[in-house]
Amino acid sequence: MKVVEKVGKTIDEAIELGLQEFGVLRDEVTIEVVEEPSKGLFGLIGSRPARVKLTLKDNPVRRVDRLLKSIFEAMEIPVDFSIKEQDQILLVTMEGADLGVLIGRRGETLDSLQYLINLSINKNQEQRRKVVLDVEGYRQRREDTLQKLAQRLADKAKQRGRSVVLEPMNSQERRIIHTALQGRDDIYTFSEGEEPFRKIIISPKK
Amino acid sequence: MKELVEILAKALVDQPEQVEVTTVEKERSVVVELRVAPEDMGKVIGKQGRIARAIRSVVKAAATKQRKKVVVEII
Repeated sequence: MKVVEKVGKTIDEAIELGLQEFGVLRDEVTIEVVEEPSKGLFGLIGSRPARVKLTLKDNPVRRVDRLLKSIFEAMEIPVDFSIKEQDQILLVTMEGADLGVLIGRRGETLDSLQYLINLSINKNQEQRRKVVLDVEGYRQRREDTLQKLAQRLADKAKQRGRSVVLEPMNSQERRIIHTALQGRDDIYTFSEGEEPFRKIIISPKK
Repeated sequence: MKELVEILAKALVDQPEQVEVTTVEKERSVVVELRVAPEDMGKVIGKQGRIARAIRSVVKAAATKQRKKVVVEII
């Protein structure tokens, strides 16, 4: 599906057919002319059509853009989003009137969508890319909340001299908590249980 | 809902042409039935159902606007 060979009266016509088949624009493919067209003698004998080979360029930004657009359309949620590529990370920033639904309880929907997009974008790819979805600074806000929660619960564990068990979180959120408490020497943190119910335990140091 | 499940499933599998989605309307819920090629089953279910769970969570969010409960079943 990534390479297509087309025949046309002219090179342009052959290219156009290939683009239509992929459903993409000209800058999304590399074009190789396999055979120049020839009018032949008096345009009758020995005329040959043009033959071109189009190879679809890997364009993860475009793929993420297409996929998200069709998903939001099917969800009937109007979303404005932009995609920034940085190193191997594609950061998608979304804005819209009714995006609470897209975040879900504790970001559950946002994380699910992000997970699915990542799977789809990296399907059969040599180079892996990470896609991060964010709604109006939600990720940063969540990180702040988790850091504050971590400090508060660490104080509680110390005060009571007992372990505090947090609720189940995904790996990114657990990492935020572990990192936030790394510097403290009065408590230590570890995780227990199986995904998706793995949770952090904060214990006082004896 | 049918369209959303179809888009998500097609984005995940190797044989999108074999993705088939049907809906069964019930009194208070809609059951969306997803069928994929046998080799693609793993791609829509995932380890311990992680992918299926993610699909359901996105569909559930989309369905909050409707009054009906939406259930996604992989067959």
